[in-house]
Amino acid sequence: MKAAERQFTTISGVPIEPVYGPDDLRAVDAAREIGEPGEFPYTRGIHRDMYRGKMWTMRQFSGFATPEETNQRYHYLLAQGQTGLSVAFDLPTLMGYDADHAMSEGEVGKCGAPVSSLEDMEILFRGIPLGEVTVSMTINSPAPVLWAMYLAVAEQQGVDWARLSGTLQNDILKEYIAQKEYIFPPRPSMRLVTDTIEFGAQHTPRFNPVSISGYHIREAGSTAVQELAFTLRDGIEYVDWALQRGLAIDDFAPRLSFFFNAHSDFFEEIAKYRAARKIWAHTMRERYGAKSERSLKLRFHAQTAGCSLTWQQPYNNVVRTALQAMAAVLGGAQSLHTNSLDEAYALPGEHAVTLALRTQQVLAYETGVTNAADPLGGSYFLEKLTLETEDSANHYIRRIDDMGGMITAIEAGFPQSEIANASYRYQREIESGERTIVGVNRFQSDDAPIDLLQIDETAGRRQIAKLAALRTRRDNSKVTSSLDALKRAAEGTGNTMPLLMDAVRAYATLGEICDALRGVFGTYTETTHL
Amino acid sequence: MSRPIRVLVAKPGLDGHDRGAKVIARALRDAGMEVIYTGLRQTPEMIVNAALQEDVQVIGLSILSGAHNAIVPRVIELLRQNDMEDVKLIVGGIVPDEDAALLKKQGVAAVFQPGASLDAIVGFIRGAVPA
Repeated sequence: MKAAERQFTTISGVPIEPVYGPDDLRAVDAAREIGEPGEFPYTRGIHRDMYRGKMWTMRQFSGFATPEETNQRYHYLLAQGQTGLSVAFDLPTLMGYDADHAMSEGEVGKCGAPVSSLEDMEILFRGIPLGEVTVSMTINSPAPVLWAMYLAVAEQQGVDWARLSGTLQNDILKEYIAQKEYIFPPRPSMRLVTDTIEFGAQHTPRFNPVSISGYHIREAGSTAVQELAFTLRDGIEYVDWALQRGLAIDDFAPRLSFFFNAHSDFFEEIAKYRAARKIWAHTMRERYGAKSERSLKLRFHAQTAGCSLTWQQPYNNVVRTALQAMAAVLGGAQSLHTNSLDEAYALPGEHAVTLALRTQQVLAYETGVTNAADPLGGSYFLEKLTLETEDSANHYIRRIDDMGGMITAIEAGFPQSEIANASYRYQREIESGERTIVGVNRFQSDDAPIDLLQIDETAGRRQIAKLAALRTRRDNSKVTSSLDALKRAAEGTGNTMPLLMDAVRAYATLGEICDALRGVFGTYTETTHL
Repeated sequence: MSRPIRVLVAKPGLDGHDRGAKVIARALRDAGMEVIYTGLRQTPEMIVNAALQEDVQVIGLSILSGAHNAIVPRVIELLRQNDMEDVKLIVGGIVPDEDAALLKKQGVAAVFQPGASLDAIVGFIRGAVPA
C-alpha cells in the first residue's frame, strides 16, 4: 500500500499526523494546560519528585484454588520483593455465592481465591501483618461484605483500622457497563457503595473504598477515550451519591482512587493517563468546589492489557507487557500489575508471575525512566495527543450528563453498545489484516508448549467440607439474629457496614449475607445489547 | 433460497466476560445466520431448553472461566436426553489442548481457542450444518 493511501491511527482509531511541531501547540497556554509536575492541573503527574520520592507499588493480582494455597503465593511474592498484595477472588465469591451453592459447581478456586466466610479471610492473611502491607481487593457487588471480613481480620491481628492502607475495587458501575459481575440493581448497589465511602471516611482514613476502574471497560473492547470518559463519569456518579448522603467533598474525595488499563499503543496510553489527571482535577475544583489539594489529585493503579495477550507464541507476551508497563510508568502510575506470559491460557504459574514482577523491577531500577518526572512532557506529539484525548473524553462526559447521569445511560445501554461497536470494529480490523497482531495474523510459527498452572480439582471439595464444618461449629442463633438485623438496616436508609461487621463476626457466610440482601434489594438482569 | 442457519450463542457459568460471545454473535449474523444470544449466567438446562424452543442447528458455548469440564458434559447429556444429538455443539474460549481433545471425544463438534478467526468459525458452521 502506498503511504499516501494508508491510514495511520492509534489502536483506538484516532488519526495521527506524520509529524508534530511547534505549530501544534502554538495556541496552547502551556502554564494553564500542561503545568508542572505536582501542580494543578497535574497533567504532568501528582508529585514534583515523582518516582524519586516514592517508587510505584508493585502489586501482582493473585488468588487461586483455596485460601491456603493463595496465602502461600502471597508469602512467596512478598519474599520476591513485591511491595503490596492484590487479591483475586473466584467467580462464586464475586457473585456472592458460597462454595457449596449449586451455581458454584466447577468454578470454585478457578479464577481466584474462594472466600465464603471470615474463616477463609483469616486463612488468606495468615502471617501477613495488615498494618504494614497494603492490600487491594478486587471485589465489587459483594465488596462491603468482603471488606467487613477484612476489617474483622485486622481487629483479630490487633491492628487499628486507622493504620490500614489499601484499596477496595467496589466499582459497581463498570460491572453493569463491562465486566457484568453484578448481583443487585444499580440503585441499591450505589447505596452500598456509598455506605462504604461514608464508613471509610469515618473509620479508615488511609483506605481507598472505591477504585474507579476503566481496566475492565477497555478489556471489554472499548477505545482508550471510552475507557477514560466512562471511568471519569463513573467517578462523578460516586461523588454525586456521596454528596447526597451529606458528606463534604474534601472528606471523601482524597480517598477515591482509579484503575486504568495499559494497552499496546504507547503514546495513546500515556496521553490517556495525563488527560485523566487533568480532567479529574478540573472536575473536582470546578464542578464540586473541592479545596483540598488531595481531592484534586487523581491517583491510579495500572494493569497491562490482558486482552492483548496472545495464545500463539506466548513468549511475545513478555515483550508486550514490558512495553505496556513502561507506558504506565511514563504516564505516572502509583501502582502496577504486569501480566504473566501464560495468562491467555490460565492463571499464572509461579515462574511466569516471577518474570512479570522482574519486568517491573528492571523497569524501576535499570532503565532510568524513573529519574525525572514526566520525562516525555513537552513532546509536541504527546502534548497534542493529550489535549485531543481530553477533548474527546469531555465530549462523552457531557453526553452522559445530558442523558441524566451514568445510571440512566447504563439503563439505556449507551456505554454498553458504544463498547460493543468498538470491539467488533477492532476484531474486524484484525480479521482483515488492517491491524497486525504478531504471531496471530502475521509472522505465524509453531509454538513450543508452555507449562501451565493446574488448579487442583479437589480445591472445591475441600472448601465445601470446611464450610460444612463451620456451619455446625458456629452459634447459629447469632447468625440468624445478625442477618435479621442486617435486613432491617437494608430496608431502611442507615449505613449497612456496622451490621455487616456483626454478621461476619458471627461467621455468617458470604452467601447467607448476600441472600439476605437479595431478599431486600432484588437482583438485576441486563437487557443485552448486541 | 434455503433457510438460514440458526445458532444459539450461550454464556454458561458465572463469568460475565461477554466480549467474545457478542463479537461472535455479530459475525455470525453478518454472515447471514439467525443468531439468538442467551445473555449471561445460563445453566445447561436453560441453554438446552432455549435451543429446543428456538429450533437451532448449532449451539455455541462461550466459556472463559475454566469451568468447561463441569458444564459441557452436562449440556451434552441434556441434548441426548432430548433427542437433540443432531444439534452441533461448539465451544469457544480458554480451553487447554488436552481438555479440547476430551470435549471432542465426548461429542463437541469443534473447540475454538483464543486467536481463532471469525472466518474459520463461520466456515466451520457452514460446513457442519447440512444445507
